[in-house]
Amino acid sequence: MSDIGKMVAQRLGLGLLTLFVVSLIIFLGVELLPGDIAQEILGQAATEETVAAFRRELGLNLPPHERYIAWLVNLLQGDFGKSLANKREISELLDVRLWNTLFLAAVAAVISVPLALTLGILAALYRNSIFDRAVNIMTLSSISFPEFFVAYILILFLAVNLGVFPSISNISEELSFGERVYRCILPALTLTLVVVAHMMRMTRAAIINLLASPYIEMARLKGLKPGRIIVKHALPNALAPIINVVAINLAYLVVGVVIVEVVFVYPGLGQLLVDSVSKRDIPVVQACSLVFAMTYILLNLLADVLSILSNPRLLHPR
Amino acid sequence: MNAEAKTTAKTDGQSDVILTMRGLRIEGYADEVWHEIVHGVDVTLRRGEVLGLIGESGAGKSTIGLAAMGFARDGCRISGGQIIFDGIDLTKASDDELRALRGSRIAYVAQSAAAAFNPAHRLIDQYCEAPVQHGIMPRSEAEADAKDLYGRLQLPDPDGIGFRYPHQVSGGQLQRAMTAMAMACRPDLIVFDEPTTALDVTTQIEVLAAIKNIVQQFDTAALYITHDLAVVSQMADRIMVLRYGNLVEEGETRPIVEDPQKDYTRDLLAVRTFRKPPVDEPEGDIPLLRVENVTAAYGKVPVLSGVSMDIHEKRTVAVVGESGSGKSTTARVITGLLPPSEGRVLYEGQALDPTYRKRSKDELRRLQMIYQMPDTAINPRQRVRDIIGRPLEFYLAIRGEEKEARVRQLLQMIELDPDDFIDRHPGELSGGQKQRICIARALAAEPELIICDEVTSALDQLVAEEILKLLQRLQDDLGLAYMFITHDLATVKAIADEIVVMLAGEVVEQGPKQEILTPPHHEYTELLLSSVPEMDPDWLDRVLEDRAAAI
Repeated sequence: MSDIGKMVAQRLGLGLLTLFVVSLIIFLGVELLPGDIAQEILGQAATEETVAAFRRELGLNLPPHERYIAWLVNLLQGDFGKSLANKREISELLDVRLWNTLFLAAVAAVISVPLALTLGILAALYRNSIFDRAVNIMTLSSISFPEFFVAYILILFLAVNLGVFPSISNISEELSFGERVYRCILPALTLTLVVVAHMMRMTRAAIINLLASPYIEMARLKGLKPGRIIVKHALPNALAPIINVVAINLAYLVVGVVIVEVVFVYPGLGQLLVDSVSKRDIPVVQACSLVFAMTYILLNLLADVLSILSNPRLLHPR
Repeated sequence: MNAEAKTTAKTDGQSDVILTMRGLRIEGYADEVWHEIVHGVDVTLRRGEVLGLIGESGAGKSTIGLAAMGFARDGCRISGGQIIFDGIDLTKASDDELRALRGSRIAYVAQSAAAAFNPAHRLIDQYCEAPVQHGIMPRSEAEADAKDLYGRLQLPDPDGIGFRYPHQVSGGQLQRAMTAMAMACRPDLIVFDEPTTALDVTTQIEVLAAIKNIVQQFDTAALYITHDLAVVSQMADRIMVLRYGNLVEEGETRPIVEDPQKDYTRDLLAVRTFRKPPVDEPEGDIPLLRVENVTAAYGKVPVLSGVSMDIHEKRTVAVVGESGSGKSTTARVITGLLPPSEGRVLYEGQALDPTYRKRSKDELRRLQMIYQMPDTAINPRQRVRDIIGRPLEFYLAIRGEEKEARVRQLLQMIELDPDDFIDRHPGELSGGQKQRICIARALAAEPELIICDEVTSALDQLVAEEILKLLQRLQDDLGLAYMFITHDLATVKAIADEIVVMLAGEVVEQGPKQEILTPPHHEYTELLLSSVPEMDPDWLDRVLEDRAAAI
């Protein structure tokens, strides 16, 4: 087991290193954005002196590397700083928004992951059948349309024509759990349609890839039923690639929601990011980006660890 | 059904036949056409009888074995004939009917147990699957039964071994565990598909004994598929010799082995009779290559300890041992792929740099290698011209027309027609031809020493014999020295001048061939030599008796 501990620790260390590099890239990237918040807030009429004074007040006159180090040091102490636009603590802003985004991602994941895995397993079981082709065509077309298009189509049919779901996913903390789920069904469905294809096709491919192995032939020659062969004999050995693709898609559910949140006016992190960019509210943009990066890294780390654990050779050493 | 009932069934005449295949035809799909690969073979198997199917690769023996279960691999189909198992025609049976028979009444033992056991499940879970799924017995009963069978197959710790994962068990033990798994439902028929081919000789003999014993105990009928006539003559009551999907000869084991009627069977029997004529003692004191007290490890795992050997000019040193004995690692140290932690390698008395990166091009040129798997040792995208031409350019700076002429010359040396072969891709060559190309590539560098790492192990016996003869002729013509790594003692007997026996990273015994092969032997050499199957149906029983007596 100590080997596994070592591997996990190694991955964790690499994850932290990645996060550091990402923080640097985020800072530099934001630095390159055109525009200036002081100018933006004070408007065209402000004199150069007032703008300069305001910049000093915000600490924007310091050289970039000093600002980066100050930002990093504060971050390590859990202080994201204050929003330049409205002076509120960023951690406060993030808190609600992040939970909302995670909530939406969770609802989408609960629908999409089991659906994708089931479809993938069934497609592998009935490979090259009509069912297999139909599933492939449907998932591929849903992934091929832009997200906003899928979103508007869903709104058109489910909100406008049928009226079963609200087209605006306006949620707040006072709402009951059920009500919240109900309100974010449409964005969750949109996300599901976007991520299912990838996960389903990887599941199918990973399983089919194993069907030529001698142990699958052995299972067939033991007279086992095809469903059992796929689920008991192929699936456990296909877990590593499936876990990885699921993790990437879960990360996308958190990170890739920007457009979907805007379309459904959902008060999540994506909305916050878009608003902050348009306001040149740099510290908020940085904080959001960092949260997104952290999600990616954490989920991929988790996938790494889980795929290690899914390998019996590592779990049960000689 | 108990043994007594089976015996009475046997005397019943017709009903004692468990399997009949009549006019069996099987097709394989390749190049967008169906080709017939088994051309109307008849097989009859009585209850409790062991029938050996023997032939080289492409003979269709595995395909026929699987057809006995009504099964054809992907890309194959049963295109004609009847397969009647206990009154049921498997060619007409539905998928559900076939599934009900497989695993319960007809079972299969695969060539590589390591690959045929699912790595994700414990042995006993895989054992219990067939009896539980077929509704023959509940899990608890199956588990108890598994432990009993593990014991009968002489597996160590029969109560506990089933709870291990396949990778935690050795190859020979896995093969016995697979035999136990096949026995789980007490089938009427077991198909053994080369069950010992992937094993070392000393392990093979244990597995053979265990299989023979258990098949007799339960009076199970078996199809025993192998390419090794010596092995099959230990196991089978009757033998069918197959070639290119046709029956060559069929008969009781003893007559087939002692008095074969067909030339092909005689060739198979005569294989391994090639012997290199003895040579004089080496001249000069300085060997061409000297391995001096080499100790090496992969990471922290020690692989070699204190290995020394000499290879003299124009001589063949056979390094023999079982898997994991360090033979190939020694070659890796010599070639500089694995720097040793202690000791050194001398070439004509001069120390070679431990790593190949720091050796001169000329030092690299004089020492060439031929590998076990010709399929993976040559680039499938290159033509023969480029494969052989590359070392000419690289080592000797031969280009243009001169290179072309030299490639043709090399092809003639390896007995392939240059006009026919020079433009081919590896995919258009047979296994033996590919290995010849590998030999030509090694020769192109004009080496003095060639390391041959199991070069004949992946080849059919008759093809392997041709390759050995070719290597011998090249040695005589060009004065090459060979380091011949092999696990096969028959090859050693054929080609060696000197023998180095290795075990667990150490040299156990070394010396001239005559000395090593004449008693008294080192204990381990004795074990190795006595484990090589002989073409005598009584060999296995005799060896087991001798060994039992010795203990």
